[in-house]
Amino acid sequence: MVKRLYKYLRGTYLGFLLVLLYSPIAVMIVLSFNESKTRSKWGGFSFKWYKELIFESPDIIEALKLTLAVAILATVISVILGTLGAIGIHAAKKGYAAALINLSYLPMTMPDIVTGVSLMLMFVFVNGFISLPRGFWTMLIAHITFDTPYVLFSVMPKLKQMNPNTYEAALDLGCKPLRALTKVIIPEIRPGIVTGGLLAFTMSLDDFVISFFTSEQNNLSMLVYAAAKRGVKPNIYALSTIMFIVILILLIIINKRSDLENIS
Amino acid sequence: MKRSYFAGPYAVWMILFTIAPMIFVVFYAFHTTDGGITFDNIIRCFDATTMKVFLRSVKLALMCTMLCLLLGYPAAYILASKDFSKYKMLFVLFILPMWMNFLLRTYATMSLLENRGIINTVLEKLGFERVNMIGTEGAVLFGMVYNFLPFMILPIHTSLKKMDTRVIEAAQDLGANPFRVFARVTLPLSVPGVISGITMVFMPAVTTFAISRLLGNGNFMLLGDMIEKQFMESHDWSFGSALSLFMMILIMLSIGLLNRIEPNKGEGGGKW
Repeated sequence: MVKRLYKYLRGTYLGFLLVLLYSPIAVMIVLSFNESKTRSKWGGFSFKWYKELIFESPDIIEALKLTLAVAILATVISVILGTLGAIGIHAAKKGYAAALINLSYLPMTMPDIVTGVSLMLMFVFVNGFISLPRGFWTMLIAHITFDTPYVLFSVMPKLKQMNPNTYEAALDLGCKPLRALTKVIIPEIRPGIVTGGLLAFTMSLDDFVISFFTSEQNNLSMLVYAAAKRGVKPNIYALSTIMFIVILILLIIINKRSDLENIS
Repeated sequence: MKRSYFAGPYAVWMILFTIAPMIFVVFYAFHTTDGGITFDNIIRCFDATTMKVFLRSVKLALMCTMLCLLLGYPAAYILASKDFSKYKMLFVLFILPMWMNFLLRTYATMSLLENRGIINTVLEKLGFERVNMIGTEGAVLFGMVYNFLPFMILPIHTSLKKMDTRVIEAAQDLGANPFRVFARVTLPLSVPGVISGITMVFMPAVTTFAISRLLGNGNFMLLGDMIEKQFMESHDWSFGSALSLFMMILIMLSIGLLNRIEPNKGEGGGKW
């Protein structure tokens, strides 16, 4: 009896926290379907704000294109850089490997705002010599920089699990290093690469602070921030709902692949 | 070709885009706009206005960390317990928000707390007066706790799950009551998780700028807001760089301090 009551109490506590964590999101999703513009009145179910979002908000569509283009390119490039980096570090001598691993921790421990500001200063300086306005390219460079360590740290454990002799065997049998890489190493570490890529994609879609400083063109998060400064509007609810669902789907895929707990 | 050469492009990229930009921050922090060397920007980090902002940032971040610990520890403890650990999805639900855009979450909180927001509408319908919530320190604190709570739950949960249950059984067999088992066995063994939880909450809380801007209506400038302002509004990049250096040192000191308490690397690592 006491035991059942205890379990019930603990369940209630978890429920309370879940309500706290999810009620703002739930409210936002519900309101994105609200016909009336004010939050205090329910004007009936409608897709009005979604229609407005798609057909009457060119700036949002622009931001969406920028976000997706940066996320896709940053993912591809950081997957290549990070995977090669992990393979290299795995084979390198201890001192060199340790130095590179510490270098990879640096952007992960640095506050986002400092990363953003430092890149901004450099980009502005470089722009004085060659034309590099803060926009798509600078944002892409910044995203590759913070994505790559996540790929690296997703791939490294897979390399450690691998049998080190297979690569040597391939070489002994007359394989060129590059061929041995694509035929022997890559297939073995593929799960790590895919997880790293998905993580990089999610981080990139999600980023606000670093993009804010490195680009003058808005991505979706920057747009939400700019809109929020002016006050709440229902079409932003619609946008948020779509973004929430996309991220949710991505996370479910990542979570299916590996425990979120291990990579976070 | 040696296999370690594969890391070449990665090494070049990281040096070019993490080390080199930091040199710019240091350069700007010690230079005036016309290129002369100066310590004024560093000295300005310690004047009364900046100190006020700094103390407010640390105070709010500490309060947020405390609240997250008080709310999160029991949650992690319950989720790791025998009765609840079988519901895998339940745990996923708790850490999912961690991966969701923090601006969206803050935006959602705004619509709850606003003067004509959900809470006030409900209060009015029930016949109460409206409460002014947005633009108060409490709103900023709520936004922070709401955003960072999952970052506390995750590492504590991990360390509780990794715990050798036989130690707890041994304590019970030797006659310790549940409270004593918790205080003398479970709690001390979960310290690494608590430490990395504190890091994962305190660091983003002390460096944030968007949350305070949106929920505090700009009334509560934090260190992050101050840096943002130097770069985006007042265009005082030198002072902004000095503040960034100041923030980096603050972060490194707190990481060092936390590592002293628990020298083993905390689990859960994550962004911090």
